[in-house]
Formats: sequence, structure tokens, C-alpha cells
Amino acid sequence: MWSYALHRTAAAAATLAAASVIIFFFIHFIPGDPLYVLLGDSATPDQVDALRSKFGLDQPIVVQYLRWLANVARGDFGTSIFFQVPVLRVIRDGAETSILLASITMIWITLIGVPIGVIAAMRHGSWLDQGLSGVAMLLASVPTFWVGLYLILVFAAWLGWLPSSGYPSIFEQGGLANLRYLLLPSLTLAAPNAALILRLTRASMLDVAREDYVRTARAKGIRPARVVFRHILRNALLAVVSAFGFTFAALISEAVVTETVFALPGIGQLVVQSILRRDYPVIQGIILVTVVLYLSVNLLVDLSYRFLDPRVELR
Amino acid sequence: MSGALRSFLAPFLGRPIAFLGLIVLVGLATAAIFAPMLAPYDPSRLEPVARLIPPSAAHWFGTDQFGRDTFSRVIYGSRLALLIGVGVVSFALVTGVPAGVLSALFPRFGRVVMRMIDVLMSFPALLLALGLIVIIGQGVTNAILAIGVVYLTTTSRITYGLTLRLRTETYVEAANSMGAGAVWTIRKHILPNLISPLLVQASFVFAFAQLSAASLDFLGLGAPPEIPSWGNMLAESRIFITRAPWLLFFPGLSIAITAFSLNLVGDVLRDRLDPRFREMLNGNRR
Repeated sequence: MWSYALHRTAAAAATLAAASVIIFFFIHFIPGDPLYVLLGDSATPDQVDALRSKFGLDQPIVVQYLRWLANVARGDFGTSIFFQVPVLRVIRDGAETSILLASITMIWITLIGVPIGVIAAMRHGSWLDQGLSGVAMLLASVPTFWVGLYLILVFAAWLGWLPSSGYPSIFEQGGLANLRYLLLPSLTLAAPNAALILRLTRASMLDVAREDYVRTARAKGIRPARVVFRHILRNALLAVVSAFGFTFAALISEAVVTETVFALPGIGQLVVQSILRRDYPVIQGIILVTVVLYLSVNLLVDLSYRFLDPRVELR
Repeated sequence: MSGALRSFLAPFLGRPIAFLGLIVLVGLATAAIFAPMLAPYDPSRLEPVARLIPPSAAHWFGTDQFGRDTFSRVIYGSRLALLIGVGVVSFALVTGVPAGVLSALFPRFGRVVMRMIDVLMSFPALLLALGLIVIIGQGVTNAILAIGVVYLTTTSRITYGLTLRLRTETYVEAANSMGAGAVWTIRKHILPNLISPLLVQASFVFAFAQLSAASLDFLGLGAPPEIPSWGNMLAESRIFITRAPWLLFFPGLSIAITAFSLNLVGDVLRDRLDPRFREMLNGNRR
């Protein structure tokens, strides 16, 4: 167990180290002098000189990378060209929206995907099963922003039940009631991912249902409902847990589009705006933060998977 | 030839919805090839007096805020959809398959390459594509490249897994023990067995490429605005949704139907695969 945890953590750290090299070079790949890429075209000679000495741009590239890494480790991600404040502060300002949006979306995904997947599996082969699986595949094929735009049309413009865009912080006026701003975005973001979890839950339930111990349980005369929940579902959920890692990555990706549709002040919208503003230090910072998050989530999922199912072979 | 075609079509005949998916794809290709003949209007002709007209006999899908005929634009949009799909799939296969096969056959080389794929996979899909767009710039070719890199990772991983399995098959070991070289093994034993699973992978990648390209277009970072792509149509007309709710319906539906059909076809082809290979073809990224 411990050697497995150590092994996985080391592998994740190695991947992160390699990814950090790519993220560092990101600035150098952009056409133009890295100093002006980082400072913007309106940089003053003083700023340029200060940055040159900070990164030691006259030093070998390896030294530059290590200096950058040391700065990042201290939380210094550079300065936003557009806002003229530290990148980390710009990212932190978008974090509340993004974290809440992702959390509410995960709740929807679990509440919708898992139970309906179980129902489809229990009615395996029926019209209901085929219908649900078909709807799931359709939801996974529909562009999220298209769904979001029509949700805005119906629930905000026509019915007037929910706000169409923006999100005021729950710490400001309105308090927790401000969460209603995230209702439509989270449902939009949940739709394709809930569909994938539904399909996975169903497939995993059907796999486990073929196991010998399920047949034994049935033969012993255990109530069918108990077999489904105790014997099948508990084991089937292992595969679902392992899917949370890539679901998280999908959320980060799709939030970029969803936050743009709903004009949410989150990290996703920040990426798009920073690309349009050529605010490269912010883009670099966001990519770094998301890669760290994504690798951590996957590591946690891997370790908990091993903890939940001791049969998983050490690789 | 007709035998091969019949065996390809066989699994679709028992499943009417999947057969419909196949027909949609043939329709997409037809629309793309014969767009100038099928479209009743020039897709970029402005007609200011005919702005935001609801669907009618003259304009089946209505007109947009510049008076352009939406039906004609949807027809022409199929060209870019097809180009993106074929481009991304080709890129992913041309780069991913050699990387996967060689990594499986030459473990030392493979350790390095597969670690590099791991690193690329630590970037969430759309962020990776956006980061690449920042470096290489916008445009149709660059969108294909950026999305192609995202799917080269899954394609090479799947190829790697499949080749590792194939390598231990008795007939491959027999060929090796009789002195077959790597080239012979790859040509005679590995590649022919990869075709069916990779066809499944190709249809899923084609589907995801549609959604990724639509996202890039919607964010204003994909195809240039003068090209009538379904994603661009949604991006340009989104603020008119309350005044003309039908405006976004047809381009969005085209993306959804195309992706849905490809997923259906991929699903049917996967069910037909060797069960040992089936589970490997689940892990595509979004």
C-alpha cells in the first residue's frame, strides 16, 4: 500500500516536473522577445531591465528555468500585463466562481448520472434502458454552449426565473442566494458529464452483475434489492470513482466555454479574455495551476481507488 | 468489394438508429461536396432588407442579422466540419499510430515516448488546444493541428495498449521465432489487426473534434469569421437569440447531429470488436 502510494506520487511529481518545463517554455515559444511577451509592448526600459535581472535572461536557459521555478514556488507567478497586479491575485479573484461552479456541477453529475445509470442497468435491454442510453449519448454529443444559450433564452429571457449572466460573490450583498446565478451554468456543464457517468455506471453495473459472488448471493436467496445495492452497486461505483479524475479535467475544459456563455467571472473566462488581451503571464499561470490541480486530483483518485479496492494490482 | 461493404454494413442493419447515423454521415459528405449546387443562396451574400427573417418557404432556416440565408450557410458549414474531422483524425492517426506501435515493440523507446504522452495528457484538453493556438496563431489549419495534438495522445495510448496485446499473440510469437523482423511483424500482423479498433477510435475522435472545433469557433479562436462554420454562426448570432430564437437552432443542431451520428457509428463498430480490445476504447478526452 505505502510503496504503491509512494510510487504513484513520484510518478505524478515527475509528470509535473516535465509539464512545468513545457509551461516555462510556453513564453519562449510565442513569437517575439520573451521580455516583451511578459511585459507587453508598452513596457518601459526600466521594467525590461528589472525583469531581465529577475529572470537572468543573459544566463543559460537552465538557470532561467530554475529561477522561474523558485519564483513560482514562492507564489510569484509574474505580473498581469492587463491588470498590472500579480498573476496569482488575478487567478485568486476568479477562483471562487470556478470552484463553486465545479462543486455544484459535480453534485448534479453524481445525483443525475449514478441513479439513472443504476436504473438503466437494472432494466438492462428494455426500452427504458435503450431510451436512457440514447439520451445520454445525445447529451454527450451536444455542444454545451448551445444548450446554455437556449437555457438562458427559456429560463432567463422568457420565464424570468433565473438571472442570465454574471455572478456576484456569495460574500457580497445577496449572500448564498447568489448561488442561483450558478444554477443554469452548472446544469449546462453537468449535462454531457452526467451522461458519461450514466453510461459508465450502467456498463460497470452490468460488468459486476456477471461476477460469481453476485450469482452466489442470488442463489443464497438474498433479496434482489439488497443484491443490487450491497453486492453490485458498491463494487460498480469503484469504476465511477476512477472516472472522477477525467471528469474533473473535462470540467476545467468545458468551464472555459460555459463561463464565457454566462459571463461568469471565473478562471475559464479569464483564460479566453487573457488570450484576446495577449496577457501571456496570466495564461501561463492558469495553465500551471490547472495542471497542478488536475495531477493532484488524479493522484487522489488513484490512491483512493487502491484504498477502496485492495485487489487493484500494483503497477 | 461488395463482400467487404456488406460485412461493414451488417451490424448497422439490425439497429435502425445506428443505420440512421450512417445515413447522416453520408448526407454530411454529400452536402460538403455538392454545397454550391444544394445551397439556394450565396452563403456570404448580405441582404440588409431581409434581416432576421423566421424560417419560410424562401429561407428554410430563416436569415441572420446580416440577411444571409441560414440554410445555405449550414450547407456550406458542412465543408469545414468535414475538413476539421478528416484533418484531426488524419493527424491523430499519422502521429499516434507510429508512436504507439513503435513504443510497444521497442520498450526503451516506448518508455520515453509514453512518458511524453503522459505529460501532454496532464493538460486539460481545451486548455492544451488554446495554449497551442496562442503559440501558432488562429486559423483552420492551426485549429486542426491544435485539436489533433489533443487526440494524438489518446490515439497513441490506445495503439500502444493494443500492440502490447497483439505482440503476445501466439501467431506473432511464432512469426518472431521463425525469424520475422520488426517491419514484417508490423506489416503482416500488427497493422491489419489495428484497423478495426482504430476505425472505432477514428469515429470517436471525429465526433470530439466537431465539438472542440465548435468551442474554438465560439470563443473566437478558431476559423476566421469569413468562413461559414457552424461554430462561427453560433458565435456571431448569439446576441440575437431573444429576437430570433430559431437563428441558433439549426447550426447547433448540425453540430449535435454530426457528433451524435459519429458516436453511434463508433458504438456499433465497437460492439463488433474483439471483447479484449473493446474496453480499451473508452478513454477519450473532452
